[in-house]
Amino acid sequence: MCATCGCGQKDHSHNHEHTHHHGHGHGEGHAHPHPSGAGGRTISLERDILEKNQLLAERNRGWFEGRGILAVNLMSGPGAGKTTLLIRTLGELNGRISVIEGDQATSLDAERLSKSGAKVTQINTGPGCHLDAEMVARGLKELLPPPGSIVMIENVGNLICPALFDLGEGARVVLFSITEGEDKPLKYPHMFRAADLVILNKIDLLPHLDFDADLAEENARRVNPEIGVIRLSATRGDGLDEWRRWILDRLPIREHDRA
Amino acid sequence: MHELGITENIVAIVRDHARGQPVTRVSVEIGRLAAVSAEALHFCFDACTRGTELENARLEIIDVPGARTCRDCGRETNADHLPAPCPCGSWNTLTTRGMDLRVKEMEIA
Repeated sequence: MCATCGCGQKDHSHNHEHTHHHGHGHGEGHAHPHPSGAGGRTISLERDILEKNQLLAERNRGWFEGRGILAVNLMSGPGAGKTTLLIRTLGELNGRISVIEGDQATSLDAERLSKSGAKVTQINTGPGCHLDAEMVARGLKELLPPPGSIVMIENVGNLICPALFDLGEGARVVLFSITEGEDKPLKYPHMFRAADLVILNKIDLLPHLDFDADLAEENARRVNPEIGVIRLSATRGDGLDEWRRWILDRLPIREHDRA
Repeated sequence: MHELGITENIVAIVRDHARGQPVTRVSVEIGRLAAVSAEALHFCFDACTRGTELENARLEIIDVPGARTCRDCGRETNADHLPAPCPCGSWNTLTTRGMDLRVKEMEIA
């Protein structure tokens, strides 16, 4: 038996042409030694660059799971209506939601949300353009959400960076508004690929805009065939029922499981 | 500009192993579909390594091509950007390669 491929034939070659080569040229002249053994010592690391965040995210996930809490990572570009949607959501699910509010600066959104009576913790990321798992862990210590509740994590308004950072959430939701154009999912594919649900917001403006909502949905599914879609107007209230059901369906401890 | 955070992670992983010894080379694998810019990494690397064991280290970025499998025709084909339909026309694809963000190795003096 051939020891390389395990087939019955004894003598056959496993070599094949390798027509390109990986050049080791230096366009710009710079000197460095190419030693093998002499001086430099190569150490293999093979470590995931985001492993620290990943580990902390898993810790958060366990924290949520142990308490039967649903954590939702809510992401969008600036101005898509995250905070307005949150205020409406707090109204729909009164007393069951607390919020971790991420912004680069100010506590304006936290103040807006606090008026509804919900517990809100503000995290300012400063130079950072996204929330990470450590910030969320810090926020949770302050927020102390009760078991069986919902934690809404409003990420920094940015359609690029938050896609890469797992927070330990149970669901990822990306919001985009119809004033942004149907091609948003194609332009920011990483964000839409990482999401469980896309909310198409501000649909009350449809009669005034040249926006093809079906095309927007199709574009989102091109990037992520499994993504769910809800058309919604946070100001007028369309789609809020569906959104509330979507949240409640994902609660680790459902109503009928209790008692 | 998440490359700053990415670079801080690279530097932390390497410093963890260097323990004060000067590092001459750091090699990382970056997938073409990982949404990380090599140019920005080089820029951040210079800033993040100042005053550390990595100050004179060269950052070597190994480019990992992307690929996806079509859920309709079953073929795996190369893809260097997202989103892109399978040559059969289907958009129903699963990314299989090119998401890598990995510190591969380092060289100490």
